[in-house]
Amino acid sequence: MLLRVEDLHKRYGKEEVLKGVSFSLDKGETKVIIGPSGTGKSTLLRCINRLTEPDRGRIWLEDVEITSPKVNINRIRAQIGFVFQDFNLFTHLTALDNVRLGLIRVKRMSKKEATARAMEELARVGLADKANAYPAELSGGQQQRVSIARALAMEPKLILFDEPTSALDPELIGEVLAVMEDLAQSGMTMLVVTHEMGFARTVADEIIFMEKGVIVEQGPPEQLFRNPKHPRTAEFLRRITDLYGGER
Amino acid sequence: MNLVFSWDWLPRLSQGLLLTLELTALSMALGAVLGLVLAVLRVYGRGPLYPAYLLASGYVHLFRGTPLLVQLMTIYFGLPTVGVRFSPFVAGILALTLNTAAYQAEYFRGAIQSVRAGQMQAALALGLSRLQAIRYVVLPQALRLVIPPWSNELIYMVKGSAVVYLIGVAELMGQAKTIAARTFRNFEVYIVVALFYLALIFVLTLLLRWAERRTHVPGLGMPGRV
Repeated sequence: MLLRVEDLHKRYGKEEVLKGVSFSLDKGETKVIIGPSGTGKSTLLRCINRLTEPDRGRIWLEDVEITSPKVNINRIRAQIGFVFQDFNLFTHLTALDNVRLGLIRVKRMSKKEATARAMEELARVGLADKANAYPAELSGGQQQRVSIARALAMEPKLILFDEPTSALDPELIGEVLAVMEDLAQSGMTMLVVTHEMGFARTVADEIIFMEKGVIVEQGPPEQLFRNPKHPRTAEFLRRITDLYGGER
Repeated sequence: MNLVFSWDWLPRLSQGLLLTLELTALSMALGAVLGLVLAVLRVYGRGPLYPAYLLASGYVHLFRGTPLLVQLMTIYFGLPTVGVRFSPFVAGILALTLNTAAYQAEYFRGAIQSVRAGQMQAALALGLSRLQAIRYVVLPQALRLVIPPWSNELIYMVKGSAVVYLIGVAELMGQAKTIAARTFRNFEVYIVVALFYLALIFVLTLLLRWAERRTHVPGLGMPGRV
């Protein structure tokens, strides 16, 4: 087991965003978390690399307890990639420098090594020719691909995707999903929050349906989409199909 | 009216100009270092750093809330009472530095806070420590954004440094006073001195605008001048 989350709780003021979430992720597995907005999906991802501190519950990455106060969280984060909804590329750095920064400052690679490694990852997401472009000079889809390359370059054990296509124009979503699909097939372990049901259906090994801070149901995509056990799941799937026009 | 200018004033005024430049450069540079530390503490001073946050905030309020002149007099005439004595030049540098640091801290703080929160998040997510994230991600952006307000402070300090003539530092204003007292050509001398300040500030403004263009990256600051 690569990742284990046990009884995670998080409260913002009066609102309890996570009310005891438990699940696990095996090496090489892709799990997709779906559910209505404001049900704690993003909070859950951010608790996993402790960008948000959970109130209660424990998380293990392999046999290291991430939630232990003794753990060096920077070293844990270097092993967990994070892809943000709004990319968050470093504005003042070129695509190449965005990918190189972690290699040089966290992994302590030489500049030459880091450059080679970064160029490899930029090529992998199809953007080797944009290495010297600043984020503002790239389309949203390209920016998100650079941010995926930035995460990949660190050779993470796991990548968390927080609605990676939600900020994109519809015509740019495909290029990002294609990169993610390649990644899943190459054996990367991924935990993806998304509203892209087509992607969820074809790429996920398992779907987790979350609502109001709890996991309502989880299972393989075929079963969850065809025969949801829980009426809430069925209701959500019906609504989102209306909204997004079904499979993409 | 009969205006009389003299080339004889030039050596003194040039010396004064040089000293003004020295005072401004030194206090701006030292003030930038101190101001940057204060700003970082004011923005990130939480948890165990909270006392440092309070100290930094107190400092900024104290030095922005009192006149530069009072600060200068306290340092030069007040501190000897408790046995701390500085030369006029050192007292001048000290007062100007402590004063500008408080203002620069506020400019830096504004710039740091205008860097989007996602930048810090992304840096931490990569495994950078908070200090590394500040150093390699937040500050490079904040320092670019701070150039325009910082230019204002620099211009203010070129002129503000004139107060140190009161403790006997012979910078531009001090030299002008001396010449005026000897020649009784008050009007002419001060016109020339005004032109000296004007020229100095003009050159500095050009320099900073050049720096702003040099360090510009697309998507960061300078709206409308991409």
